[in-house]
Amino acid sequence: MLNRREFSLAAAAAFSVPLRAHAQQSPAWEQAVKAILADAKPIEGKLVFDMPEIAENGNTVPFSVRADSPMTEKDFVKAIHVIATANPQPGVATFHFTPQSGKAMVSSRMRLAQTQDVIAIAELSDGKFLMSKRTVKVTIGGCGG
Amino acid sequence: MPKPRVKLPDAAKVGEIIEIKTLISHVMETGQRKAPDGKTIPRNIINAFSAKFAGNEFFKAELHPGISANPYFSFFMKVPGPGEFEFTWVEDGGNKTVEKVKLNVT
Repeated sequence: MLNRREFSLAAAAAFSVPLRAHAQQSPAWEQAVKAILADAKPIEGKLVFDMPEIAENGNTVPFSVRADSPMTEKDFVKAIHVIATANPQPGVATFHFTPQSGKAMVSSRMRLAQTQDVIAIAELSDGKFLMSKRTVKVTIGGCGG
Repeated sequence: MPKPRVKLPDAAKVGEIIEIKTLISHVMETGQRKAPDGKTIPRNIINAFSAKFAGNEFFKAELHPGISANPYFSFFMKVPGPGEFEFTWVEDGGNKTVEKVKLNVT
């Protein structure tokens, strides 16, 4: 599993340009995170991301993401992105909010192919990002592969 | 697509933040599975969902194969006044399901 240091190193490596012809492509999940963050450093510890520690059935794993925000025209959560780092395709969903949402919170269910880290990133109207990560143990994988 | 299910409060006041739950039956075929003959079953998912109230889109989502079959969403809205919800689910290939539900605003 990725600890915080390994994650930061991997994220830093994802931003560096590989110059060698045989350079390894960064994993799909890192590219997905980079596509959202670009050069921004996300704030950790503020995004509430609920997932079970153990998922009995990888086909349907409940999740919930919540960012505390006044959700006014001047200060609101624009989007929440969810990425499953070890699924065949890491993107799970992107949810878009408006001030009329009232509350930046969404719940749904995801498929997890195997035990892995799942990442949630909230994009704020002021250009900042919040990020949270959960490690979910999966007993029966759920992507059908 | 089959008829979706929507759960709303029985009544709401202007300014109240209400929870909305939606559920639609759909296999959300990921494109990863193989049929008994070894051929890959092609991807077929609902790739977009949108929620409008009184004609204004206040919440939407792009969905990828990582969303489970029978997509369920819970999300919120601050009630601006009386009106009707319009929820839309879009399948790969463009097929749309639209469900309209009135909100009882007291």
